[in-house]
Amino acid sequence: MIKINEKLCKGCSICVYFCPVGVLKTSEKLNRKGYFLPTPVREDKCTKCRFCEQICPEFAIHITDE
Amino acid sequence: MVIDKQEQRMIKYLRREVLPTTFCQGCGCGTILNAYVKALDDLEIDPREVVSVTGIGCSSWIPSPNFHGDTLHTTHGRAIAFATGVKVMKPDMKVVVIAGDGDLIGIGGNHLMHAARRNIGVTVFLVNNFVYGMTGGQSSPTTPMGIPTASSPYKNIESPFNIAEVVSACGANYVARWTTYHVFSLVDSMKHAIQKKGFSFVEIISQCPMNYGRYVKRRTGVELLQYFKENSINVEKAKDMSEDELNGKFVVGELIERNRREFTEQLRVLNKKIIQKNLG
Repeated sequence: MIKINEKLCKGCSICVYFCPVGVLKTSEKLNRKGYFLPTPVREDKCTKCRFCEQICPEFAIHITDE
Repeated sequence: MVIDKQEQRMIKYLRREVLPTTFCQGCGCGTILNAYVKALDDLEIDPREVVSVTGIGCSSWIPSPNFHGDTLHTTHGRAIAFATGVKVMKPDMKVVVIAGDGDLIGIGGNHLMHAARRNIGVTVFLVNNFVYGMTGGQSSPTTPMGIPTASSPYKNIESPFNIAEVVSACGANYVARWTTYHVFSLVDSMKHAIQKKGFSFVEIISQCPMNYGRYVKRRTGVELLQYFKENSINVEKAKDMSEDELNGKFVVGELIERNRREFTEQLRVLNKKIIQKNLG
């Protein structure tokens, strides 16, 4: 499962643009500080390469084994 | 240390009270912090065995408030001078310097050259974002030619330093260059650099969307990362290319690896000899 930490995300969208299979999308939802959060739209396509987890500057996204 | 399952695994290495980090939206410094703690986690190094030394600048904020370990936040440009002192007194500890291009090349360029010449066992991660980011984007010794900055509003007419080549010419044991887009290679390189005996140096080309990106019309971290992705050439491929073809490109990869003798090791051998001579 892809989990996004709403408290830490700054909405830079790096995970959205550089996901190799395009799992994520910028949502309309704002977090408390007013950033647009990414949201998984095609989670079944995720290959768990963990690129988003490694490139995220804010430690806000991670993949669980569930 | 309790690990919350809802958090990213690497947050256990950070001071939770300072999160979220102070970096701007889309800054590459956070990615480098992420890669640094991943490298320590993969090597199973206790954070108490590591001293992170930093100077002044945005990239010096990478370990200093965020990393949960010993950190030394020093004066401008003198991070390597302080790190040399730590390494000589505590040769068993891993000493890691993380600082920016303005700090290590601009203000403290001499320290960098002489540490590489001495081949002291310090690991240096140089975060190269092409400008003095913290003070508003003034041109630094690595600003590419023809780019406008805050202190050169028409354009920069100076030639930039190819710092990885300079450090390898000075005699460092390990030199590599990566960008913040090549995160997995960066983690591998960081692991190798931390384990390598002698002076090891990794230049990390990073994005500064606020104070560099706005002058080159790439205002977000995504645009700058895309630019790095398109303009990076591996060192193996770059061998067959001419200088004109490589103009404006980033040559990434492991540039040099050698095994010169380390400074503190030689110092201890000398110490032993002198003590034996005086006693016997």
